[in-house]
Amino acid sequence: MQNDIVLTMRNICKAFPGVRALQNVDFTLRKGEIHALMGENGAGKSTLIKVLTGVFPKDSGQIHIAGINKDITVKSPQEAQNLGISTVYQEISLCPNLTVAENIFIGRGNYRFVNWRSMVKKTTEILAKLNIPARATQQLDTCSLAVQQMVAIARSVDMDCKVLILDEPTSSLDEHEVAKLFSLMRELKSRGVGIIFITHFLEQAYEICDRITVLRNGEFEGEYEVKDLPRVQLISKMLGKELDDISTLQNRKAFQAEADDKPVYEAFGLSSAEGTKAFDFKINKGEVNGFTGLLGSGRSESVRAIFGADKITGGRVRVNGKNVKIKKAKDAMMHGIGYLPEDRKQDGIVEDLSVRENIILALQVIKGFFRPFSKTEAEAFADKYIKLLGIKTASTDTPIKQLSGGNQQKAILARWLLTNPEYLILDEPTRGIDVGTKVEIQKLVLKLAEQGVSVTFISSEIEEMLRTCSRLIVMRDRNIVGELRDEDMTQAKIMHTIAGGAAQNG
Amino acid sequence: MANGLKKLARSQLVVPLLALFLLIVFNLIRDVGFFSITLTTNNDGNTVLSGNIISILNGASELVILAIGMTLVTASSRGQDISVGAAAAIAGSIFVSVLRANQITIPIILVAFLASCIVAILFGVFNGTLVAAFKIQPMIATLILFSAGRSIAYWINGGATPTVSSPLLVNIGSFIPGIPIPTPIIIIIVCGVLIWLVLRFTNLGLYTQAVGINERSARLNGINAAWIKLLSFMILGICVAIAGCIKVCRIGLINHETLLLDVEMDAILAVAIGGNSLGGGKFSLIGSVIGAYIIQALTVTLYAMKVPSTAVKAYKAIVIIAIVILSSPIVKEYALQLRDQLIKKPTKITEN
Repeated sequence: MQNDIVLTMRNICKAFPGVRALQNVDFTLRKGEIHALMGENGAGKSTLIKVLTGVFPKDSGQIHIAGINKDITVKSPQEAQNLGISTVYQEISLCPNLTVAENIFIGRGNYRFVNWRSMVKKTTEILAKLNIPARATQQLDTCSLAVQQMVAIARSVDMDCKVLILDEPTSSLDEHEVAKLFSLMRELKSRGVGIIFITHFLEQAYEICDRITVLRNGEFEGEYEVKDLPRVQLISKMLGKELDDISTLQNRKAFQAEADDKPVYEAFGLSSAEGTKAFDFKINKGEVNGFTGLLGSGRSESVRAIFGADKITGGRVRVNGKNVKIKKAKDAMMHGIGYLPEDRKQDGIVEDLSVRENIILALQVIKGFFRPFSKTEAEAFADKYIKLLGIKTASTDTPIKQLSGGNQQKAILARWLLTNPEYLILDEPTRGIDVGTKVEIQKLVLKLAEQGVSVTFISSEIEEMLRTCSRLIVMRDRNIVGELRDEDMTQAKIMHTIAGGAAQNG
Repeated sequence: MANGLKKLARSQLVVPLLALFLLIVFNLIRDVGFFSITLTTNNDGNTVLSGNIISILNGASELVILAIGMTLVTASSRGQDISVGAAAAIAGSIFVSVLRANQITIPIILVAFLASCIVAILFGVFNGTLVAAFKIQPMIATLILFSAGRSIAYWINGGATPTVSSPLLVNIGSFIPGIPIPTPIIIIIVCGVLIWLVLRFTNLGLYTQAVGINERSARLNGINAAWIKLLSFMILGICVAIAGCIKVCRIGLINHETLLLDVEMDAILAVAIGGNSLGGGKFSLIGSVIGAYIIQALTVTLYAMKVPSTAVKAYKAIVIIAIVILSSPIVKEYALQLRDQLIKKPTKITEN
């Protein structure tokens, strides 16, 4: 039994200034095994992998690898590779303008001269062996993403690896491509390679893996055989909630009472280029609903489609009962829809502009290019919301990038409140901000709803959604798989729905 | 007052203003009379102002107007248009060919100017489309017109260097009888006021900066980023036409090979000297204008020092290296540290 183990990590600890990224994490990988490493964002998956591959030095703990009779310390990715640990990252780190053969052989060995013919011959052999549908002389970027991913894997495998780490390899692949990748993984498995598979997709983990190790908040949660771990159990481990302990939260108000038959926004068969499957959705006046699901389930993509943030590929939309066209953000804004994006830094703030300019930006765009606010008006708007939301800033002239994350978020929230929206979409408004501000934002959402604003609220923290939402739409693998309301809205029920019908035994 | 000074010290205009100031002091030490302005009578019998200041302000006119347009393009598209010189040659050729086809009167001059404006805007649209719709890097996109522009001007002129002569054009290129200020300076003032009005009564500034700083975020706030980029190239097109026409009026002919040759580099330099990031985003038009005047002042100073005209560029380069390094982030950080040390010394000692 012991002989089967290719890699063990024991009591791995790693701290960054102010954060304990890993605390006493154990991990064991056996020969010819596909082992999923799972956990929500910030659970420590990437940190563990980076410690293993020498990107970060570990603070304490032991790493042991088969064939070497002592604990090892991996100092650099190069060393990891020499030890037989190869990593294929989500973003393919090959050279798209070189051929497949060149990519497989680049940077290997100490030769000054290249024997092109033998390189191509060897590559052809490798490709045939692994059933990869590519030619050795083909330029890499003419291959599909899945094939590029496979070439990256082939490169790693050919370097005589014992441990292959696949960091979310499937996130940009379609179903067909995923199937191809999986058959390659099975092939490698049968050759005795141990594979660590990091994914957010539950179904994929269940389809291909033998074992699952769950991390949560940097701690080791457990290692399980896939067949012994029902999906619901897995989700509860990832989210850190024992199913028995979960009681229904009662402090939701029944907004539905007066809000039954006045949909503010309705979508039929809406889909976008970012990979949401066509979905129907409606929200009533003064209602707070939520989209839930694990990361990558398509919840953000869906609300982006509602706002027209991505290219819309199909579907009809009605606002207040009237058919309208929402093709771009401006259309949505003109129909009274506001959207606070998930990625504050990339999609939200305009870093170098002042807090004032950031706050008035959306309303200014609605008002029009030829009708700028005077400085006094803008100043008044900014002052009002800085006071209302308690934004801590030196002045309205301060560049927004100098504010803390929570205050930046409040400023972006102010931007949309200022537009006086009928329907406000908040995608992860509480991510990465302190507890006090989180509560303030939740209260604000409820207050807005009382004033008749419809709100879609997305959060990774289920409690938060239970507290604020009166209806939850559950998504899995880019599909809406359920809609929960009233007494159905419990953590247990949500987890069951996320896990899907196949997991009723939990 | 102290507050205002503090604000100025942090503004991007510190270095360009300092450079301009040093240039003035240097010239005053070298020759006390350098900046004297005198009233003289020119060849046409007009009483006009003359002196080095006037020739700096006058000579920089084309550069100032191009630097303004270049600033907007830089801010929105995070890159530079290197085809302005070639495009100005085209605009000038159109101007000349319309003038030569007609009796030169004031309305005809206006028509000719409008025609060259339209053509220059169309070339702006060409550049802008490549940048905004096809997402080609501005320098690569404008490289096309940079190489082809002067050949296009050659075709328009039929291979010759046609001349245009009319007292009206001389009025535009040098002086209007009875007004002692060179006409190009007046044109620049009018343009400056116009652009100020545009910035005051539209959101051009806000949108341009938002697009340049964070395009994704700008788009999610309903700003049509592609259109803003295109618009900045169209505005630069107008600037190109104005610069080209002023130059033609000054010299009375169009030489497609030499008209505003290499001006694109000076225009980009003016933007940079003005403290604007060539990576786009926040901008200061005043900075670029000061930058343009610094470049011209430098040229005039060097000529006054009897530096041979072929060597001027080398001397210019030395001064520009100094300015660019002075305004680099490394030097700025060092200056801030130095200031903190000087100011906070007493408190630091007590802390220890």
